Formats: sequence, C-alpha cells, structure tokens
Amino acid sequence: MSSAGRTASQTIAAFRTGETNARDLAEQTLAAITARDGAIGAFLHVDREDASQQAERLDERRRSGQSLGLLAGLPVAIKDVLCTRGQPTTCGSRMLKDFKPPYDAHVIERLRAADALLIGRTNLDEFAMGSSSENSAFQQTKNPWDATRTPGGSSSGSAACVAARMTPVSLGSDTGGSIRQPAGLCGIMGLKPTYGRVSRYGLVAYASSLDQIGPFATDVAGAALLLEAISGHDPRDSTSVNRPVPAYSQSVDQPLAGLKIGVPREHFAEGLEPEVASVVRGALDVYKSLGAELRDVDLPHSKYSIAAYYLIAPSEASSNLSRYDGIHYGHRTEAFKSMAELYAGSRGEGFGPEVKRRIMLGTYALSAGYYDQYYVKALKVRRLIRQDFDNAFADVDIIAGPVTPTPAFKLGELVDDPLAMYLSDIYTISANLAGIPGASIPCGFSKTGLPIGLQLQAPPFEEERLLRAARMFERATDWHLQTPPLS
Amino acid sequence: MGLSADQVRKVASLARLKLSEEELAALTGQMSQILDYVAMLDQVDTTGVEPMVHAIELRNVFRSDELAGSLPRTEALANAPRTDGKFFLVPQIIERE
Repeated sequence: MSSAGRTASQTIAAFRTGETNARDLAEQTLAAITARDGAIGAFLHVDREDASQQAERLDERRRSGQSLGLLAGLPVAIKDVLCTRGQPTTCGSRMLKDFKPPYDAHVIERLRAADALLIGRTNLDEFAMGSSSENSAFQQTKNPWDATRTPGGSSSGSAACVAARMTPVSLGSDTGGSIRQPAGLCGIMGLKPTYGRVSRYGLVAYASSLDQIGPFATDVAGAALLLEAISGHDPRDSTSVNRPVPAYSQSVDQPLAGLKIGVPREHFAEGLEPEVASVVRGALDVYKSLGAELRDVDLPHSKYSIAAYYLIAPSEASSNLSRYDGIHYGHRTEAFKSMAELYAGSRGEGFGPEVKRRIMLGTYALSAGYYDQYYVKALKVRRLIRQDFDNAFADVDIIAGPVTPTPAFKLGELVDDPLAMYLSDIYTISANLAGIPGASIPCGFSKTGLPIGLQLQAPPFEEERLLRAARMFERATDWHLQTPPLS
Repeated sequence: MGLSADQVRKVASLARLKLSEEELAALTGQMSQILDYVAMLDQVDTTGVEPMVHAIELRNVFRSDELAGSLPRTEALANAPRTDGKFFLVPQIIERE
C-alpha cells in the first residue's frame, strides 16, 4: 500500500512494525506530489534531497535500535509561515521571497524530535491573510474536488495536499478560521487548538492575540497525534500556557457518554445556504442517534464577530508587519532618496493588495482620534463574545454548527469584494476572539459534489473532548473516507 | 462613514506604504465600505465592559535574568538586503559639512 493512501496511524504502524521503511515512505510521498501537485498547486517548495536524508537518518536509527518518536516515519507538510532553518519561508509574499530563517519554529523542533518527515512547504494567502489562496504572491491552489473552486484559506496548500492524499497530515495556522474553513471546503479534519496550547515561537506573526497553529489530517486520529506532538509549554512564547498535555492519541477512541451538544440559533439564520443547513442538521441527527442530547443555545453577540475581528486583527497586523522595513530582511526597493522613501517603497512593492488593505485598516483604527471608537470598542465586544461562549458552555459540552455558509466558491468570484470574502469566516472567527478550540470534520456533500464541514467547538483546553466527539461521528459515518478523483 | 482620498493618503503615509493612485482610489472605496460595516458595533452597549486584549488573560511572564547565547552575527545579517558583514547598511541620514 502506498503511503499516499494510508492514514497517519497506519503510516506510523507500518514503519514501526518494519512493514516499510522511512525511505520508501518518503519516496512514495514525493511520487504522489509529483503525480498530483501539478493540478493542485499545494506546494511552494519540496526539498526532495532533505526529505530523503531525513528518511535515511531515521532508518539508520531504527536499525541501531534507538527509541523512536511519536510520529516516527510520518510525512508532514508545513504551511509556509512557520520558520524552518535554512529552508525558504516566504509567507506567500514577494516581501520574503528569498528569506531563509536562521532558526526552527517551536513546532518544527517538536516535529523533528518526534521523528516526523518534513516533506515541504505549502501555499497560503500572503501572511495568512485571506480565505481563498488568491492572495498568494506565487500561485493559486485549487480545490481537489473541483479545480475551478477555492480550497479555502489561508492554509490553502496544507488543506489541499491532505485532501488530495499527498500527505496524511499537515500543519496550518488559524487566525480567523484559516484551518477550519479550508478543512471544511476540502472535506478533511482540521483543528484550531485553544490559544496558548501550542507555542507561536517561529510562526510569522499576523495577529498575535488570535494566531494559533494546528493540524490537518485525513482522520481524527491523525489530528490527535499531530496535536499531541506539537502542544505544550515553551518559555520563548510568553502566551504559551504551562499545563500538561493529555495523550490525545490514546483517548481519542473513547466515545463520550451523555454528551450535550449546543446548537447556536445564530448559526442557522439568514445567510446560511439551505443545502449546507440541511447537511449539518443531518450530522446533528447522527449525534442524536449515538445518544447525544441536542440543546438550543444563544450566542447573541456572534453577529458582531466579523466587525470586531476586522478591527482587532488589522490593528495587530499593522503593528506586526512594521518589521518589514527593507533593512533587516525582506524586499528592498531600488528607488529611494530618503529613509522614509526606502521604507514606503519597499513595503509598497513587497506587499500584495490584501496585506496593504489590512495594514491600512489597522493603521486607521489605531490612529489618534479613532483608537477608542474602533479598537477599544472592538476589544469590549470581544469580551461579550467570550462571555456568550462561557454562558453557553455552562449548559452544554460541545457547540456544533456549520463551518462556512456555503460550499467552496468559484475562484475569482469574491476577489473584488473584500467584505463578501470576509463573511465566509462568519462562523469560525468568534472562536479566535474567544480563544477557544474548534474543529472542522467532513459531514456530507452538496448536490454538485462539494464537501461540507461540521464545526465543533469546546471550552478552553478541552481539545480531548473535541477530538473524542469528532471521532464518535467519524466512527458512525464514512464521509472522511471519501476522496476526490486522484491521478 | 465615507473616507476622503486625502484621509487615505494620510493613513498610507503613517503606515509607510507607497501606493499608486489606482490603489489609493480602490482603498478609499473599500475602507469606507468596511468602516460602514464595522459601525454596527455602535449598537452594542459596552458600558462597564473591560476591553479584552488577549484570548487568555495573562499576568506578566518573566524569565530568570541569566545570560544566554544569541544569534551569531553572520546569521543575523544573512537575510539583510545590504550589509558590510558587520552592520545593516542604510542610506545616509545625516548631512556632511
């Protein structure tokens, strides 16, 4: 069996038992990328030589009887916004076209320590800003289910490469839905952990109080393995939380008895396509048939989440992206007469339209005279959004609903209408504002054969509950086994 | 709330972003549209609500005051657009006599 068809658990088991070796696993993965990625455009960079060397070292370690890490032999693709020493880390931007970090991100160190095989760097919306991959400076990733449609974003390549079974798992980042939205549109599992669960050290910052790194996988067990490997305290990120990491991969198969699922009225209101509503309702019925109890809950401030987000995230972005000054690293303009022109010209040439739009919005929202009206107001509404979740979770264990209002939209359809594009994240954004974990799992298809996702959300640090609830659904259905046409 | 082209030009200058006239025109319309949308926050009564800056409310996090290694100079300069091997090179900002 080719590694390209195996789940994460099957891949690791095949390596551990000696059924296969790391060299074959790496070669099969690289062959699948060669065969499929021309049509998908998920990868920005595949370092075949480095992948082969990692595999050889791993095989040698197994031969000499050394202990093996949690992810031994598992091919992992990485969103190109996570610093990897000596490898290009472009963030999908002309600004960082030639940037090679001198250090590894915390999660990359963790993956190496767990003996994963780092296979390549995946495409994204520039600096993780976008919902369609159309903001990448380099290429357009296509949805493996329909090449005329978006895979979602910003972790477009990480979602598409797993959906097209090029790698069983990958890493993405989620600031307003950038893991859950593309997972939903590509028909795979994606999980955004609680803010602080995974260190952001070495994640190129977009909006620091919202960004969180998380896994994509073809099944729930794969996401549990990857989350277990990357979670935990890191003193280099002052927002990294110091609490024990449960063995997610051990508990994921235990169903939850007496599960109470909250269904937010606001997530089934105006704007939700009837076809998506009906598939998601069907998924909730599956839970009911498994003994779960469904209860209506209210998230009265959720309708303000997009507005709050598009003040808070651009404000943080305008600050974080001030480091791209044409001096320390990144693009520098040729045409300047003064320092001010060097800064402005380098930034004007290096950044794409969406990044400029968000820097401008953030600069405006933070400027004297507007700071209280926009930024502080949004932060107050953020607290009300969090309180809505706290109130709801007093009554239920999990909140469930749609991931996106529609299935994957056509490429080019929303590109000239930023506000309409922003609204595709309407159900995912509030989890980032509140800091709670959320997952997307495949739960059906549209009439035209496009995947539809179910979003599950849990209280802070209840990833274990989230994964077990997701696995309950996966055992009872076969949506996760459906694959797009593969060459 | 509509923004004027001059206001957008001022914000671009604060943000150190050189924008073409076409970009400025597009952003004037788009930013006005987005600001109209976010004005819905005015409907929310936030009297007595503390701003929530972070998703997890943190106390100060300190590390022990101990010397630790830093990035070697060659690596710190490796990605710089211009360097003389010791420093980042920038245009002259002080006039010579």
